[in-house]
Amino acid sequence: MIGLTHYLVVAAILFALGVVGIIANRKNLIVMLMAIELILLAVNLNFVAFSSYLHDMVGQVFAMFVLTVAAGEAAIGLAILVIYFRGRGTISVDDVNRMKG
Amino acid sequence: MVIVSGALTITSRNPVHAVLWLILAFFNAAGLMVLVGAEFIAMLLVIVYVGAVAVLFLFVVMMLNVDFAELRAGFARYAAIGLALAIALAAEVIIAFGAWTAGGIELARRAAPIDPSVSNIEAIGQLLYTRYLFVFEGAGLVLLVAMIGAIVLTHRERGGVRGQNISRQIARRPQDATRNTQPVVGQGIEL
Repeated sequence: MIGLTHYLVVAAILFALGVVGIIANRKNLIVMLMAIELILLAVNLNFVAFSSYLHDMVGQVFAMFVLTVAAGEAAIGLAILVIYFRGRGTISVDDVNRMKG
Repeated sequence: MVIVSGALTITSRNPVHAVLWLILAFFNAAGLMVLVGAEFIAMLLVIVYVGAVAVLFLFVVMMLNVDFAELRAGFARYAAIGLALAIALAAEVIIAFGAWTAGGIELARRAAPIDPSVSNIEAIGQLLYTRYLFVFEGAGLVLLVAMIGAIVLTHRERGGVRGQNISRQIARRPQDATRNTQPVVGQGIEL
């Protein structure tokens, strides 16, 4: 029988995978954004699992708002990535020092 | 399944493959959500992520001609640290789950109980358009700002492009554009 705990474990592993993605792909900004999407997916999975477990609708409504913010964040992040690439010709995170005084 | 595809997302050598693995991970998560009865969120996940965000990622990956081999230079160095950190994090959370048992559900304290006679979409709609109306409008505002921001960020003025200057076009009068002449017979006119 698959219970709440199984969902939480899957979400925790997915979250950890997202953290690994951010740390391991320190240079590749696109994969870092994808790892952030993975983390948000894990959070959504938790919300939905608890919503189902507690028979409470609010969790699913909140998951929808998380989805909205994730979509907006992906759009803005990719836009920044595109203009950065246009200006510099690289997306290596190590070279990002434009804001340095 | 979702874990395997998630792992392949962050380790793929080719970023296009990484995007495709991300899509698979989202599909599997949507399946998991259907299993617990959240059909609408699952549908939204497929539409928003697979339909929009993943395509956005694919576009950017293909549009930017980035040398990805060079970007992976530090992968092995950081992967060890990341893996150690992540295993610690996951183990911590899983051990916490093992020690934690969900207490008795206090049914009276639920904010919005699920009514079995109402379908999932209907229940979400009823909640979203009444109690969470302002939050919903705020979400719409967030999306609007994201859209305008993305357009403003990536828009660029190109020099040397022949465009239509509408105000100049409208302000042009006949006497600016034409000239009356009385040419002498046999001589023509000079332009």
